[in-house]
Amino acid sequence: MSRKTNINVGYIARVEGQGELDIRVEDGVVRHARFAVFEPPKFYESWLVGRSCSELHELTSRICGICPIPHQITALRSVEDAEGIEVSDQTRDLRKLLMYSNHIMSHTLSVYILSAPDFLGYESIIPMVGKHLDLIKRALKMKKTGNDISELIGGRAVHPVSAIVKGFTSIPTEAELEATKRRLQEIKNDAYETIKLTSQLPFPDFERDCEHLAISDPKEYALNEGKLNSNRGFMVDEKEYRNYVSEGQLDYSWTKISTVKGRDSFLSGPLARVNLNFKQLTDETKKAAEEAGFKPPCYNPFKSIIARALEIYNAITDSIAIIDRLKPDPNDAVIEESFTKRAGEGFAITEAPRGLLYHNYKMDEKGIVQKADIVTPTAHNARNIERDLETLLPEVKGLPLEEATLKCEMLVRSYDPCISCSVHVTRIDGKDNRVILRRRLC
Amino acid sequence: MKPKVAVVKNTGCAGCQMEFLRLVDEYALHVIGTVDITYFVMGKRENSEGPWDVTFIEGSISTPRELNELKDFRTKTKTLVALGDCASTGCIPSILNWTPPNVSRQVYQDFQAIHSKKESFQRIFPLHEYVPVDVHLRGCPPHKDTMLTVIQAAIMDVKPYLRQHPVCVECKLKENVCILVSEKRSCMGPVTNAGCGAICPTVNRVCEGCYGPMSDANASSLAKTFREDCELSDDEIVRKFRKYAGATPAFAKEAGPRYE
Repeated sequence: MSRKTNINVGYIARVEGQGELDIRVEDGVVRHARFAVFEPPKFYESWLVGRSCSELHELTSRICGICPIPHQITALRSVEDAEGIEVSDQTRDLRKLLMYSNHIMSHTLSVYILSAPDFLGYESIIPMVGKHLDLIKRALKMKKTGNDISELIGGRAVHPVSAIVKGFTSIPTEAELEATKRRLQEIKNDAYETIKLTSQLPFPDFERDCEHLAISDPKEYALNEGKLNSNRGFMVDEKEYRNYVSEGQLDYSWTKISTVKGRDSFLSGPLARVNLNFKQLTDETKKAAEEAGFKPPCYNPFKSIIARALEIYNAITDSIAIIDRLKPDPNDAVIEESFTKRAGEGFAITEAPRGLLYHNYKMDEKGIVQKADIVTPTAHNARNIERDLETLLPEVKGLPLEEATLKCEMLVRSYDPCISCSVHVTRIDGKDNRVILRRRLC
Repeated sequence: MKPKVAVVKNTGCAGCQMEFLRLVDEYALHVIGTVDITYFVMGKRENSEGPWDVTFIEGSISTPRELNELKDFRTKTKTLVALGDCASTGCIPSILNWTPPNVSRQVYQDFQAIHSKKESFQRIFPLHEYVPVDVHLRGCPPHKDTMLTVIQAAIMDVKPYLRQHPVCVECKLKENVCILVSEKRSCMGPVTNAGCGAICPTVNRVCEGCYGPMSDANASSLAKTFREDCELSDDEIVRKFRKYAGATPAFAKEAGPRYE
C-alpha cells in the first residue's frame, strides 16, 4: 500500500442492516479500523418499560427479522425466570427444534447467499445462476426447509406466533413431525456437501488468538440455555453475565461494544460455539468435521463459514434425534395470560445464529416491565471485528486496494453481522467507559 | 426489457426482506427471469443508481439520512411500495413515539456524542408522512404472496388486488370458532387488515393486529368490547392499540396522545 491508504465502504453489502467500513493506514500504521453502524437506533429498552411481560417476546422479535426466534426464546426464558415458571420437557424440545430451524435457515443464507459469492468471484448469487445453478438450488432447498420447520412449530416463518410464556399455543401432530423428519433427511446430504464445499474454500492465511465466549451444557449442544463459558477460563450462570461482560460506547457508531471485564473484546458465534462445545456435537457431525479436516480450536475468523456448515449438519442430525424421542402431547398446549404475575427479575442467554444474545428484565407485581437490558450478538462482536481488521491490515498491505477492500468486507461478512439487532444494545447507567480505538501496529 | 426492482431498508428489522427472500426461494428462477433486481444491498455488492419500475421500501423513517434517501428513491421510481408495517404504519418501533425524549436519551450513556455525528429524529414515522406512496403492503411481515401480487400488477400496469377486509373473514373461511365471541378473549381481528390467513386464531391465539387497521376500522367499538366483555383494564387496552399501528389515524384515539 502507498503511504496513506483509506479503505472506505459506505454501505457494506451482503450483510443485514446499515453499516460502513472506515479504515485509515498511514506509513504502515493503522490509524483506525472502524466498523461504524449508521442503522438508526430504535431505543427498545426505553419503551419496553411500561409494557407487559407477556408481550415481550412479541415486541423484541421485531428487533431482528433474521433471528426473531432467538429473540423470542430469550425473552420468554427471561420472563419465565422472573415469574417463576417452569416449562415442560416437550416445550423445551419444541423450542430447541424451533431454534435449530432458525440456525439452518440463517446459516444457509449466510454461507451461500451472503458469503459464497466472495469466494467464487461474483457480486451476488444472481449471476451465479449460469454456472452454479446446483449450488443455488441446494441453498434454496436447505433454507426453505429451515423456514418451513419454523412455520410448522411457530405458526409463521418470520416472527413466529405460537411460542408464548409457559409453552406453545398449538402442538404439531406426530404425522407433521414425521413429515418434518423426512424433509430433514432429504437435506442431510446437502448439508454434508456444504461442509465439504466450505472446507475447501481458499481461506486467507490469518489467525488471531482471542477470547471465545459461548454458552455450554455438558449434556447437549447448548443453544437455548447453558452456562456462560470462556476459553480463557470461566464458566458462570447467566445471572452473572453483567459481572463478566461490560459495555462501552463509540462516538462514530450507533452500536455499543462489549468487552470481557478487565480484558479485551471477544468472539461469539458459530466458531466460538464449535470450538467450546465440540464434544456436544452429534457423533455424525464430529465425524463429518474430521473428514473435512476441521480440528478445534480454530482461530481463523474466515473459517466461521465451516463452523456454520458444521452447525447446519448438527442441527439436522440433532433435530431428527429430538423428533424420534418426542411424543407430541396436544394437552401440553397453553393459552395466553394463564399465569399469575409477580414482581421479579429474570435473566437469559441464548445462542442466536450469529452469537450470544442476552435479555434481562425487571418486572413489578403486575408483571409490568421496570427495566430492560438487551445485548445482541453483533454488539458482542462489533469490537472484535475491529480488532481482527487491525490485525488483518498489515497482511493485506501488498494487495491492490480493490482486493484489500474485498478481504476486509469478507472478514466482516464472516461474522454474519446483523446490524439491525446491534443498535438496541443499551443499558441505562451513568458511567462513560468509552474505548479509545487508535492502536499502533507494525 | 425486464422491469427493474429495488429493495431498500430503513429503520426496520429486515424481516420483510427475509419474507421477500422466501418469495425468491419459492420462485427463484421465475423471479430472476422476470425482473431485474438492480438494488438490494443485503443481497448484492453491485447496486445501481436507478431508475426503477418498482421499489420496495422496508422500514420507517427516523433519520435525516433516511429521509434524503427516501426522497431520492421516490423521484427515480415508478411504483413505490411501502413494504410492511414499519413503512406503512410505523409498526412496533413506533411505540417510541410515546416515550418522552429524555428517556430515550438515557439509553445511550452519552447521547450527545453520537447525536452530533449521526442524527436521529428520535421519532418514527411511516413513509407516506414524507412522500406519496403507491402501494401499502401491510403485515409484520407481509405475506410473500402479496409481494408477488404487487410485482405481477406492476408488470401488467394494473392496480394490485389487496385485501382490505378484517382478519375475521379469513377466520370464517378457515372455520375457526370465534375466540372473541365464544371465549371473550381480546382478539384484534375485527379491526385488523386481513392477508395473513388468520394464523394466530388458527393456532389458538388472539390476533395481535400485526397487519394494522383494516379499511374503515371501528376501533372504539372494539375497545368497548375489550373493556366490558373481556374485562381488560384501560392500560391493557392502550397497549393493544399502541403496538403495531398506534401512529395511524384509525387507532390514534385508543392509542393515546403522543409526545410531539
